[in-house]
Amino acid sequence: MKRGRTATVLLLLAAALAASAVAGLALGPVRIAPGRVLDLLLAGPGARGGAFASIVWDVRMPRVLLGAVVGAGLAVTGTVLQALVRNQLADPFLLGASSGASAGAVLVIVFGTAAGAGAVGALGGAGVPLAAFAGSMAALVTVYALARRGATMTTGRLILAGVAVQYVLSALTSLVLVLSASPDQMRSVLFWTLGGLGGARWSELALPAAALFVGTGVLVTLARPLDLLLAGEEGAHTLGLDTGRFRAAAFVLTSLVIGVLVASSGAIGFVGLMVPHAARMVVGAGHRALLPVAALGGAVFLTLADLLARTAAAPEEIPVGVVTALVGGPFFLWMLRRSGRGEGVTG
Amino acid sequence: MTGSPVELTVEAVRYEIDGQPLLRGVDLTARPGETVAVVGPNGSGKTTLLRCVYGTLRPTAGRVLLDGRDAGLLSVKERARKVAAVPQDGSGVPGLTVREVVAMGRSPHKRFWEQDGPGDALHVDRALETVGATAFAERRFEELSGGERQRALVARALVQGTGLLALDEPTNHLDIRYQLEVLDLVRGLPTTSLLVLHDLNLAASFCDRLYVLAAGRVVAAGPPGEVLTEDLLAEVYGVRTRIGIHPTTAAPNVVYLPPEPPTARLRHAAGGTAAP
Repeated sequence: MKRGRTATVLLLLAAALAASAVAGLALGPVRIAPGRVLDLLLAGPGARGGAFASIVWDVRMPRVLLGAVVGAGLAVTGTVLQALVRNQLADPFLLGASSGASAGAVLVIVFGTAAGAGAVGALGGAGVPLAAFAGSMAALVTVYALARRGATMTTGRLILAGVAVQYVLSALTSLVLVLSASPDQMRSVLFWTLGGLGGARWSELALPAAALFVGTGVLVTLARPLDLLLAGEEGAHTLGLDTGRFRAAAFVLTSLVIGVLVASSGAIGFVGLMVPHAARMVVGAGHRALLPVAALGGAVFLTLADLLARTAAAPEEIPVGVVTALVGGPFFLWMLRRSGRGEGVTG
Repeated sequence: MTGSPVELTVEAVRYEIDGQPLLRGVDLTARPGETVAVVGPNGSGKTTLLRCVYGTLRPTAGRVLLDGRDAGLLSVKERARKVAAVPQDGSGVPGLTVREVVAMGRSPHKRFWEQDGPGDALHVDRALETVGATAFAERRFEELSGGERQRALVARALVQGTGLLALDEPTNHLDIRYQLEVLDLVRGLPTTSLLVLHDLNLAASFCDRLYVLAAGRVVAAGPPGEVLTEDLLAEVYGVRTRIGIHPTTAAPNVVYLPPEPPTARLRHAAGGTAAP
């Protein structure tokens, strides 16, 4: 019965993803009828259907795909982080991981180009994602260490630690900006801090897509130990989970995925908070169903959020991070209020 | 469903935290199939002792032996196949159904990516039936009453299929009917069981032997009838009691007397100090 319900939810979400992807391809400064979009899709990427084909395949498609991939990745890493810290208010953005990743990326962009063909240049295209990974990992470990006192970790300490680390990292990012403000770099730094999918190119899609598929694939296999963590430190241990070792390994893996995601799309907040919560309300807290549902849900959510970001104030484009924060901020406050009534957060 | 009963031997176990000893050399044995209770006042080290047995704490000195083999040499997972625990204020898992919570008990027998099979489902069904939880198996854990939660956690421990069960105050927060039910269930199991209990009368009627802990030491051990004496309880708990053998249960029955009346206490105090 339970399994059937999960399958139904996954099917519905897959359909919703297909529909929002077609909408993402059809809408924009140039409107293309959905039927025409489908024709162009069926014709394949080689189709020489003039301007429309180019808009659908070269301009909008990579962006829609990147949105789906990043949305899924943020939702899955959010779900995993919530289990790792046993707090449903955790999210890559709120725990400072996204800010850490942006700071790392910005440092490499600015000093990497300043140093010319330095060590960073030697890393080639992997330099920015690697720096983002290191940044997100350093931020996560710092927040976790600050929030934890002995075996207990309160919501208050976790959020305060997250906020403090975010402030320090954004100050660091601003400092770099002030010290080396070329207009070009300004623009790309703004991109990291606000988050956006505008940089999507076919050539840049491969890495985040691969990271997401591998990362999510591995994280989904961790459903059992993640469930055990829900039973608490003592419970998980007596059920045979070496919590210290597992948590360390899972933090590294999660940071890796977040680093790659942020390197490709900047710091997009609140997706990893809202989507897992909604998914949990639909299929429960068991991770075997929760992780895939959150992945698809995140893909749908960010695809739609990006569509809104592109079209709401056209011809101006709103960074998608602003859209998710406008939706997610109030949602976060609502959850915080609920948790104040002593329910739903320590899970 | 359960493994063959394990012989538990605790050998001179010490546990210190920041140089402060919580256990000062505890020896304890539970023979295969026995139900053994650890009793004692708050802060005497009962929970610490139990944690050393089920392995979330590592003794500072001394050893815990399971069937004669040093449990400290086992991996976390191997140990979870030998000892199942129902920790205090037990590890609630909101958002999961009772069946899912109970199925977590199969984890020590699984690779982390491995899914549960039909054999596991059978284990779960039988454990749910044993504790009388079949009726609420599909409900979410957080919707349960205290007694139902406790039974679900006992079922999870049963599903682990171990030869030793360690339960920390399994009757906490339960009304008297469920206290009796849980203890009766535990006593009826073929496994060896080690329980921390507060209620001396329940310990006396459901357990084969008692260990009395005070300030990290065993001060008395043996069958309830030999261990529970008015003098011992006065010394360990600082309470006045009358103990008789109850005619119906044939178990020792502890009746607690109110503290000495104030006047008597005053006289006592006056006699004890250099009063004028």
